[in-house]
Formats: sequence, structure tokens, C-alpha cells
Amino acid sequence: MAESLLAALVSLNGPGHYFHWHWIDISYANLTVIALMVVTFVAALFVPFPGRRHKKETK
Amino acid sequence: MSSTEIDRQWTTRLRHRVAHRLPPEKMLPDTQPAYVASWIYVFGVTTLSAFAVVVLSGFILALKGPQWWHVSGIGHFVNSLHLWSVEIFFFAMVIHLWGKYFMAAWRGGRSLTWVTGVVTFLVSIATAFTGYVSQTNFDSQWISTQAKDGINSTGAGSFFNVLNFGQMLMWHIVLLPLAAVVLTGLHVLMVRAKGVVPPFEEKEEAR
Ligand code: HEM
Repeated sequence: MAESLLAALVSLNGPGHYFHWHWIDISYANLTVIALMVVTFVAALFVPFPGRRHKKETK
Repeated sequence: MSSTEIDRQWTTRLRHRVAHRLPPEKMLPDTQPAYVASWIYVFGVTTLSAFAVVVLSGFILALKGPQWWHVSGIGHFVNSLHLWSVEIFFFAMVIHLWGKYFMAAWRGGRSLTWVTGVVTFLVSIATAFTGYVSQTNFDSQWISTQAKDGINSTGAGSFFNVLNFGQMLMWHIVLLPLAAVVLTGLHVLMVRAKGVVPPFEEKEEAR
């Protein structure tokens, strides 16, 4: 039961899936991680930091 | 002993240098400049925290051995803890380095901070690679046989043989982690000595 609860979102049985475009060849797993890093990076720049005073004061 | 003799001792000179470069209030500061209140500054410490979990879970794996981490439930758990903390470590490190890149955080005599970061990144990749090769399963067998031709073609195979399990394990659990810990230590000490780099607009007043 615990196993089905913790099962992967995507079936990991079988060969991996690849994104292929001209000379670019990358697994969807790696592509997803890169996309998440970009999203986290942009969020880190724009999400307000708790406890930070008004922009005008600090800038 | 005369006082000039005492001043010339290496212990005295080293103490003066350390006290000058890293006084306690710089080493363990209680406040940071206002511009540090941004999420982008959190990723250095996230990397550091993930690294601590990597090292601690690695100690437990070393203590119990492969039969344990491949077979028992707790073994699987600690093995997964080790893998996933490595994933977070690299994830946070890449965002950290993107942030520092766009801040040009090597300004104001901080080039060695950047350079130790770059070398730590490369050492971490080598550590992760030797870790994949040290799993003792079909995955590690596959990875090492796939990697050997590429690495041998560079000539490194003469002293770094990916098919030599004992050698790969030693690199993974002794040499590379030691290098990563020392480099990370230097990196963080340099940040403390120099203070966090001011943003572009505030460069003039703050330096
Ligand atoms: C083991 C990996 C690493 C750890 C644990 C680590 C940790 C840290 C910490 C805690 C800081 C303090 C400021 C902050 O967090 O923003 C810092 C600053 C810095 N890091 Fe890293 N770092 C790592 C890898 C890297 C890499 C790969 C680079 C770039 C190639 C890099 C470049 C820098 C620079 C330039 C600073 C100075 C920023 C300043 O003075 O404002 N670091 N690092």
C-alpha cells in the first residue's frame, strides 16, 4: 500500500523519453529539472522576502 | 625571548593575519546589509545545508555497506536520502551560481570566492559521477562501461580507471569529498572576510 501511495508520477518502467530537436537530444527528466531551476531562479528574484521593508526605503 | 623574536614566530604572524582578516564579528555577524533580504541570497545556505545532509547520509551508508543499502528498508531510505540531498545540492548550487553570475559577485576583490565556487562545482560533478559508479548494481555497471571509452580517450584512464571499482569508491568517499569540504570551507570563509557584494548601484558608496 505504501508503495502505491509513493509511486512515481510518471511510470519509470521501460526506457526513458527523450526530447529531440535538430542536434539537441535531452531526456524529459533532465529538461524538467532545468525548467524547474529556471522557474525557481525567476521566483527567487521576484517573490517578496518576508520581513523586508518597503522598496523605496531600501533602494 | 625578545618581543621581536616573538613577533617573527609563524604562530604569531598567522594569528595576527587571521585576526585582521576575519575578526569574530565578521566571522559570525549578527546583521547583514538590507539588500541581502532577497530569496536569491538563500541559495548559498541551501546548498550548504543540502551538502551537510549529503555528507551525513554518506557516513551512514559507509558505516553499513552495500548489502544493507540495497536490501533493507532503512537502507533504501538512507540511500534515497543521499541521492535526493545530492539533487537538492546541485539544484540550489546552480541557482546560486546563476544569481552570483548576474550580480557579477566577483567584484571588489572577490575573484577567489568565484574561483573556489567554480572548482567546487567541478569537484562536485566528479564526486557525483564516482558515486554513480560506486552503487554496486547494474546501473553503476552500465554507467562505468558507457563512460570508460570517453574518459580513456582523454588519456585520464591511465590514472583514473572507471572500471576499477576500488579506485572509484576511494575517490568517491575519500579524496573528492575531502576536496569539496575544504573548498566549501574556504569559499564560505572568503565570503565572510569580504562581506556580501553590494548591488551595482550602491557599489561606489559601499566600497
Ligand atoms: C558547495 C557549493 C557551494 C556552497 C555551499 C556555496 C555557499 C555560499 C554561501 C553560503 C555564500 C554566501 C552568500 C550567499 O549565499 O549568497 C556564497 C557566496 C558566493 N558564492 Fe557560493 N557556494 C557554492 C558554490 C558556488 C559556485 C558554483 C559559485 C560560482 C561559480 C559560487 C560563487 C559565489 C560567489 C561569487 C559568492 C560571493 C557573493 C558575495 O560576496 O556577495 N558559489 N556561497
